[in-house]
Amino acid sequence: MLSIKDLHVYYGGIHALRGVSLEVPDGKIISLIGANGAGKSTTLKSIMSLVAKTEGSVEFDGVDITKYPTRNVVKTGIVLCPEGRRVFPDLTVAENLTVGAYLRKDKEGIKADRDWVYELFPRMKEREWQLAGTLSGGEQQMLAVGRALMSRPKLLMMDEPSLGLAPLVVKDIFAIIKQINEAGVNVMLIEQNAKAALEIADFAYVMETGEITMSGTGKELLASDEIRKAYLGE
Amino acid sequence: MTLTAFFQYCLVGISIGGIYALIAIGYTMVYGILRLINFAHGDIFMMAAYFMIFAMVDFMIPWYISMIIMIVSTIVLGVVIEKLAYKPLRNAPRMSIMISAIGVSYLLQNLATYLFSALPKQYPQIPILNKTITIGEVSTSIATFITPIITIVFVVLLMMLIKYTKVGMAMRAVSKDFETAQLMGIQINNVITVTFIIGCFLAAVGSMLYFTPRPSVFPLAGSLPGLKCFIAAVFGGIGSIPGAVLGGLIIGICETFIKAFGYSEFSDVFTFVLLIAVLMIKPTGLFGEKMAEKV
Ligand SMILES: Nc1ncnc2c1ncn2[C@@H]1O[C@H](COP(=O)(O)OP(=O)(O)OP(=O)(O)O)[C@@H](O)[C@H]1O
Ligand SMILES: [Mg+2]
Repeated sequence: MLSIKDLHVYYGGIHALRGVSLEVPDGKIISLIGANGAGKSTTLKSIMSLVAKTEGSVEFDGVDITKYPTRNVVKTGIVLCPEGRRVFPDLTVAENLTVGAYLRKDKEGIKADRDWVYELFPRMKEREWQLAGTLSGGEQQMLAVGRALMSRPKLLMMDEPSLGLAPLVVKDIFAIIKQINEAGVNVMLIEQNAKAALEIADFAYVMETGEITMSGTGKELLASDEIRKAYLGE
Repeated sequence: MTLTAFFQYCLVGISIGGIYALIAIGYTMVYGILRLINFAHGDIFMMAAYFMIFAMVDFMIPWYISMIIMIVSTIVLGVVIEKLAYKPLRNAPRMSIMISAIGVSYLLQNLATYLFSALPKQYPQIPILNKTITIGEVSTSIATFITPIITIVFVVLLMMLIKYTKVGMAMRAVSKDFETAQLMGIQINNVITVTFIIGCFLAAVGSMLYFTPRPSVFPLAGSLPGLKCFIAAVFGGIGSIPGAVLGGLIIGICETFIKAFGYSEFSDVFTFVLLIAVLMIKPTGLFGEKMAEKV
C-alpha cells in the first residue's frame, strides 16, 4: 500500500502541491482526476523523486521512501508510465522492454514478463524489431505500459494513458489496465478523461490547484453534481 | 606523384585521420549524452602527452607501464573535470555548461604552462612504435601502420558496446531522455561517467599515437588538433560515432594530400573551410540527426 501524507512541492516560487494526502490500497485501482495544471503529474513525479518534496512523507508497504532516489523507488516496486508516452525512439520495441527491466537480474522472470507483455499487446510482438519512434501513438502507449510492467511493479502509476488516442484504442487501454490490476498490480491512474477514469476506479481523488478537494468511490463521484458539472461537462 | 608515393600518402593520411577519429569520438559521445561541446577535450589530449613524459622521462618507467599510467591519469582527469565543472551545472542552461567547458580548456592550458613551462618538451621515444617497416615499396613507422588498425578495433568494440551491452543501451536511452531513463532506474551520472571514461581513454591512446612521431609537446599542443577533431565530429554529424570516424578520416586524408602537393600552409585552413561549408550546406553533418531540442 502506498500512503502519501501532506506533500508539498515547489517549482521555484510556484507552490504546486499544497499538502496532498492520498492512499493506494492493495489490489485496487485508484484514479486521480483534475483540471490542467492541478498538480496531478507533479504528485506522481514527486513520489518517484523526480521533483523534490519540501514537506510531507511517502510510505510504501510500511517503508518510508520519502528521501529515496528515483532508482531506489523503482527498486521498491513503484513504476511511473510517464505523461506523453516517452518511449525511447531509437531503441527497438524489444530494447525498450529490456530497458524497462533495467534493475532486474532474474533472466527467467524477465523472459516470463516479456511474454506476458506480448500476450497483453500482441501488436508489440509483431513489431519487436521496429524502432519505437516509428510506432503509431497508440502503439507507443502500449509499449510505454509494457515497458513499465517489465520492472514487475507492485504499483503501476499511469499519467494520462489515453492522451491523444482514438476512442477505440482508449477502450483497449482501459481493458488492459483492468487486466493488469487483476493480475495483482495496484494501479494509480491519472486521467483527463474523467468519466472513463471514474468508471474503472475503485476509489478516486479530485485535485484542484495543488490540493485534494474531493474523494470517494468511483460510483459516488460519478453521481456527484459537482463532478458532473466540472469534469463530465453535464 | 608516383604510385608508391600515392600509397605512402594514403597510409599517412589514414593514420592521422584515425587519430583524429579517436579524438572526435570523445566530442561526439559527450555531445550525444549531454548536448555539451566539451571544449576541454583537446586539452585533455594535451595533458595525456605530459602524463606520458612525466612517467617515462621524469620517472623513467618503461613505456608499457607508462602507457597504462598515462591512460589511467587521463581518464581520472576527464572524470574529475566532469564532476567538478559540468555535473553541478546539470540543470543550468546549456550555455552555462559550454562556458564552463571553455573555462576548463583555458585552465588546463595555463595549468600545463605553470607546471611544465611553455617551452616545448620532447615526447619520449617508444622504441617499437618508431621502428620502420616496409610493405612492398611503401615504408613507414610502425606507429603509422598500426594506428588505422587500432582505430578500427576500438571503433568496432565501441559500437558493439553501445549496441549489445546493458550500459550501451542505458547510454542510448539517456542520450534521448534523462527523465524517462531515470524512471527505468538508470543512474544518469554513472552513464555520463562511463561516457567520459571512454572519451578520455580514446584521447589518451590518440595522444600517444599522435605525439610519438612529433618532436615536442607544449601547453597549446592540444588546441589545433582538438579543434580539427571537433570539426570532424560536426562534419560527420555531431552525436554520431560513425560520423566522427568518417569525418576524422576525411580530414586526415585531405590534409595529408594538401601537404603532399606542396600547400602545407593551407592544410589547416582547409579544415575550417570544411566547417564553414558543412554549416552552410548541411548543418547536421553527414550522419547527423535533426537537431531536435532535447525534451
Ligand atoms: N518543471 C516545472 N517548472 C515550473 N513549474 C512547473 C513545472 N512542472 C509543472 N509546473 C507547474 O506546476 C503546476 C502543476 O503541474 P502538473 O504538471 O502537475 O499539472 P497536471 O495536473 O499534471 O496538468 P495536466 O493535466 O495538464 O497534465 C502547473 O501550474 C505547472 O505550470
Ligand atoms: Mg500532467
